[in-house]
Amino acid sequence: MATDADNGETHDITVTVNGVPYRREVEARLLLSDFLRHDLTLAGTHVGCEHGVCGACTIIFDGAAVRSCLMFAAQADGHAIITVEGLAGDREHLHPLQAAMRECHGLQCGYCTPGILMTMKAFLDETPQPDEAQIREALSGNLCRCTGYQHIVEAMQLAAERLRK
Amino acid sequence: MKPAPFRYVAARSLEQALQLKAAHGDEARFLAGGQSLVPTMNFRLTQPALLIDINPLTACAGVQQSGARSVRIGALTRYRTLERDAETARNLPLLREALPHIAHPQIRNRGTIGGNLAHADPASEMPAIVLALAGRLRAQSVRGERWIAAAEFFKGALTTALEPDEMLTEVELPAAPPRSGACFMEVARRRGDFAIIGVACTVELDGDGSCRQARIALCNAGDGPIFARAASASLAGRSIGAAETAAAAALVQGEIDPGGNVHASRDYQRHIAGVLTARALKTANERAQRGH
Repeated sequence: MATDADNGETHDITVTVNGVPYRREVEARLLLSDFLRHDLTLAGTHVGCEHGVCGACTIIFDGAAVRSCLMFAAQADGHAIITVEGLAGDREHLHPLQAAMRECHGLQCGYCTPGILMTMKAFLDETPQPDEAQIREALSGNLCRCTGYQHIVEAMQLAAERLRK
Repeated sequence: MKPAPFRYVAARSLEQALQLKAAHGDEARFLAGGQSLVPTMNFRLTQPALLIDINPLTACAGVQQSGARSVRIGALTRYRTLERDAETARNLPLLREALPHIAHPQIRNRGTIGGNLAHADPASEMPAIVLALAGRLRAQSVRGERWIAAAEFFKGALTTALEPDEMLTEVELPAAPPRSGACFMEVARRRGDFAIIGVACTVELDGDGSCRQARIALCNAGDGPIFARAASASLAGRSIGAAETAAAAALVQGEIDPGGNVHASRDYQRHIAGVLTARALKTANERAQRGH
């Protein structure tokens, strides 16, 4: 529960991340992105701009892709999150989205990749047969400065095809 | 790039949220989708002492028909919900057309209509749409409630008629009447960016196909959303053709006061406002003539 202190006020939260329940004490001002990276050491969620523009920190929150830098950890109390660490079933096998990104050269430096994977996971769950325009629209909130997006679009088309089978 | 310390309260009821706001006034901020507020907190441009998280107040979310002719949208309704709601698409075609222009899917998954309107960014689409539709907004506080006409609600950049103890809880928009058409157009540097200029318009026809009433509003064209009064009035009673849309576009150019910025000069914004007004009016009129 909240303490009365004006500064450094903390809250006890319980949040399920990638199917695992975690209970932590968090400062009110702790961003959800920093909570995932620092408190849970799930550093696959990347932090780029920290003001909702770049999309690198995108996670799936209660089934919807959202920017984790625009939420506070305290808001996640009682909610379910999927991060890039939860995408593949185990350490030996890549998720079809990840495999397609590798095969199609959908990444170079890879900084934006976790955000793109989580955005596209939520998108393909809802839109299993997307056309290219829909993929580009879905990708519009994720900045990639390496690839020029063409290979990412191709990877998503390949992944969508495989996921339908 | 990290927010300054604050107290956080997840509201358990609307009454509790309103009591906290009444007690703390401008020192407290409501946290809805947070897609505008949290970036400003991360930059420390905003440093509220108390954040009242209203996300648990699910009763404040949702869309409902209100009588035959209007739609009431709870302030906490997310864009995501509106985008996927068939009733909204049918009753509010102007909103339906504008939604894909509002930021990106991840932002729309979280952002709320009430948070957007209370934030009152002049570059944002939603205030211009509510103004074009002559909607009204419900403000609640521990003192009671009142409905505020859109024309009275927006007072300037990031400024509204809301008192420090009030919460915007609902928006009422008239459903598109028969023989009407709507159109939203904007020019932005990239998909999902803030508009350089955006135009929202509606055209309602008389039995003979002439314009009974037209309403034109613009975003990023001044200190707040701008209702183009003279341009809108110029179309009443006329059959809308090329001459009428050109005349209305010229009037719009005189009624707006765009600020200009590094990406678009005032003259360029004014030029775009004229071009978009003519195109949007033509499209809205064609849609009205076809009956949708």
